[in-house]
Amino acid sequence: MSTRLVQGYEVVIGFETHAQLSTQSKIFSRAPTAFGAEPNTQACAVDLALPGTLPVMNRGAVERAIRFGLAVGAHVAERSVFARKNYFYPDLPKGYQISQYEIPVVQGGTVQFYLGDELKTVRLVRAHLEEDAGKSLHEDFVGMSGIDLNRAGTPLLEIVTEPDIRSSDEAVAYAKELHKIVTWIGICDGNMQEGSFRCDANVSVRKPGQPLGTRREIKNLNSFKFMQQAIDYEVRWQIEQIEDGHAIEQATVLFDPDTGETRAMRTKEDAADYRYFPDPDLPPLMIDREWVEDVRAHMSELPRVMAARLVTQYGLPDYDATTLTQSQAMAAYFEAVVQACQQPKLASNWIMGEVSRRLNSGELSLEQLPVSASQLGALITRIGDNTLSNNAGKQVFDALWTGEALASQSPQAQVDALIEAKGLKQMNDSSALEAIVDEVLAANADNVAQVKAGKDKAFNALVGQVMKASKGKANPQQVNAVLKARLG
Amino acid sequence: MNDLHHVSLAEMARQLRERRLGAVEVATHFQQRAAQHLAGPNAHGDNTGAFLAVDAEVTQAQAQAAQARLDAGQGGPLEGVPIAHKDIFVTRDFPTTAGSRMLEGYRSPFDATVVNRLAQAGMVALGKLNCDEFAMGSANENSAYGVSRNPWDLQRVPGGSSGGSAAAVAAGLTPAATGTDTGGSIRQPASFCGITGIKPTYGRASRYGMIAYASSLDQAGPMARSAEDCALLLSAMCGPDPDRDSTSLDVPAEDFRLRLNDSLQGLRIGLPAQFWGDGLADDVRAAIDQALAELKQLGAVVVPVQLPRTELSIPVYYILAPAEASSNLSRFDGVKFGHRAADPVDLLDLYRRTRSEGFGEEVQRRIMIGTYVLSHGYYDAYYLQAQKIRRMIASDFQQAFTQCDVIAGPVAPTVAWALGEKSADPLASYLADIYTLPASLAGLPGMSVPCGLGAGGMPVGMQLIGNYLQESRLLNVAHQLQRQTDWHQQRPALASKEVA
Repeated sequence: MSTRLVQGYEVVIGFETHAQLSTQSKIFSRAPTAFGAEPNTQACAVDLALPGTLPVMNRGAVERAIRFGLAVGAHVAERSVFARKNYFYPDLPKGYQISQYEIPVVQGGTVQFYLGDELKTVRLVRAHLEEDAGKSLHEDFVGMSGIDLNRAGTPLLEIVTEPDIRSSDEAVAYAKELHKIVTWIGICDGNMQEGSFRCDANVSVRKPGQPLGTRREIKNLNSFKFMQQAIDYEVRWQIEQIEDGHAIEQATVLFDPDTGETRAMRTKEDAADYRYFPDPDLPPLMIDREWVEDVRAHMSELPRVMAARLVTQYGLPDYDATTLTQSQAMAAYFEAVVQACQQPKLASNWIMGEVSRRLNSGELSLEQLPVSASQLGALITRIGDNTLSNNAGKQVFDALWTGEALASQSPQAQVDALIEAKGLKQMNDSSALEAIVDEVLAANADNVAQVKAGKDKAFNALVGQVMKASKGKANPQQVNAVLKARLG
Repeated sequence: MNDLHHVSLAEMARQLRERRLGAVEVATHFQQRAAQHLAGPNAHGDNTGAFLAVDAEVTQAQAQAAQARLDAGQGGPLEGVPIAHKDIFVTRDFPTTAGSRMLEGYRSPFDATVVNRLAQAGMVALGKLNCDEFAMGSANENSAYGVSRNPWDLQRVPGGSSGGSAAAVAAGLTPAATGTDTGGSIRQPASFCGITGIKPTYGRASRYGMIAYASSLDQAGPMARSAEDCALLLSAMCGPDPDRDSTSLDVPAEDFRLRLNDSLQGLRIGLPAQFWGDGLADDVRAAIDQALAELKQLGAVVVPVQLPRTELSIPVYYILAPAEASSNLSRFDGVKFGHRAADPVDLLDLYRRTRSEGFGEEVQRRIMIGTYVLSHGYYDAYYLQAQKIRRMIASDFQQAFTQCDVIAGPVAPTVAWALGEKSADPLASYLADIYTLPASLAGLPGMSVPCGLGAGGMPVGMQLIGNYLQESRLLNVAHQLQRQTDWHQQRPALASKEVA
């Protein structure tokens, strides 16, 4: 493993990620988990910890933990134990959080991803089930705090890595890969703004070969951009401290996106004693092999496996395969387009290029894409058979996007009709092209002179003039060839 | 019908079904008695202080509804029969305090499963019964709403923590009561007040709606005047509750009367050597010996067995129960419900004063013990060690049950003590729990059966302990004894008094 040093220091990072599980109801009650409701409307007697209430495990949350365990090649424990983490806080209704401590449900496993061309492997220590707390609202209440318990009892899977990560780039790549896995297998909606996927990074630095340095934990990193900024700042700060002769004190820190700095929330001295002990209200969680195998049988192809298949089956470069497997929706769209046009590389280019660009600029998700896979397939079919230039294809794509096609027609007929109507058919007749070229050369004597004097720019200008004169229908390669021949 | 409060449950239910008795008439009779026994600082005269809350309208409405079902030829097995609930069970129709200032005026939006099941069986709720605060205590002297007194001698304790339940049944204020037992809280007050009470196997009755003291030990059970009455009640109370209580056993509801009349011929009664040690008072020993002699007459044989870790059950219990309690009681923080200190200056002040004001001394003591034994650096030495010994105690019982069918012994070392006698010395009352704690720690069913009077004319109870799910065996033994003897028929003078 190549180690990248920062001012002679090695960076060591471990991650703790809280993925909110996409169950309909809470982990130990039947209250709904939907985000954004009026405060305290999604909390039942159990969530409020009313006297006499007891927790009952949501099987859906366990099933999702099993899915995750299988996705990362971990051991799914046949027996795991819920424990109480005791501390007082107003948004923690019971005065303890139900979590897993000594025996978690998912043990071990790895997350693999590419950092540039290098395949990285981050080992997982564990993933355990636990409940979320509520929220304290400090605004809008003068001299008081409001408590919203809608989130209390929402199921979380806390995923903990070994300290295997060596740079902020790698940290972000790991987090993105993990995000991809949990959304791909459908256990988490991955919405970072709403707090569905929250990362804590444990960061320390050391001179190569030295034992691990003292770590500081950056809490609640809820965007990949802030994650990188926060880690970079933290690393620089720690190195500065050490270089100035100060020891790093173990602490929990928060990143402030406005200042770009991290600041300590609490230090080890005021770390609470959580008095963990097995929760007597919940028997050990038993998961038999049959259940695990049943979950395995219903799981779709994992992103890394699928990417490898795209490379061998369609001859795509690794980069394309990795990009297309960012989400299950994108991968499915790609395969449907290929199915329609049999042009994998062109399909990949279009999806990573025009389709992604249009989606991003409109802040749309793939599910909202107005161009169907069969329409895009029909369009690519016409590029593949030289009926349409790539550039002209974009005009057809625009028309499909804005719904100009006739719904009653087949996708291929729609595309062909649009090409016809817009007169975009590529000019493949060389005598017609030669005539246009001659006109352009006659009208642009200056450029011709410059080309002869060795100026490439002028040549490109001539190509542009020819394309323009052909109304974009000329085949650019053919234009190049004819121009070179004439000016040669 | 002035002797209504001497009629057995089965008889009362039959007369109600045959409409020789009216549900409203029955309810009114007990309401009038209960109303004379409300706990409070000004309680005086013959008041046992057994009740914390009554509500005439609620009870009358329930009785009328029961009568309507009876008139329609419908209704459950206990339709129209009154019951009162230990104030540890949450109820929609009455306030629920758990005997604590912390929950003064608290109303639950739901009923405990046990309360609900008894209502489904047709029972009419008379009100809520006094108990030690959060079920912590063995004399009912830890109630924030005043002590409950023993109807046999108002200067003595009724036992605890279900002291109000035992006193109310013994004084004829209700034909039946619910209780909860964590370390003996059904059996010991039943013994002190001369009634019959059974704590079923852990997990038989749902804990949903029972305000938790020590979750791994808490178990609900009935308290009444005979084994037969208890069998009827227990049949209605028990059954799986998988959607609300994960520790509820997946064992179908059972009719616990079916084996009441089995013969005791050849029954092996195990007598643990450790239950007959120096600490056992002579009057208690003599009463139990008498009961054992009766059982031998019925064909039972006694065999010596060993429960070598009996003494250890005291430290084990007083580590594990406070550990769980310290966590279970964290929810009482002044934020969401219950008592909240006035004008807190900050969050810490809110927590500190709310909990200091809301919790009584014994509760605070157990929270501190529990917090200590779970703390970093002490957990292994206390909590883990106690868990290990708890498992050994359970396996000691399994060893003993290879040699016997049921185990018999005392419930408590003495008869009920005087009010105030042990309240200054918590350790002395902890030590008096020695005979009830082992079955609690093992999760085994145990019951208290009256077996005569001891010193000062106070009742003595014999404890019967069975193997897991052997409640019907225990009830069978107790019922056969009660067919042969009249100890369970003996009443304190107070129970025969007419209401003014």
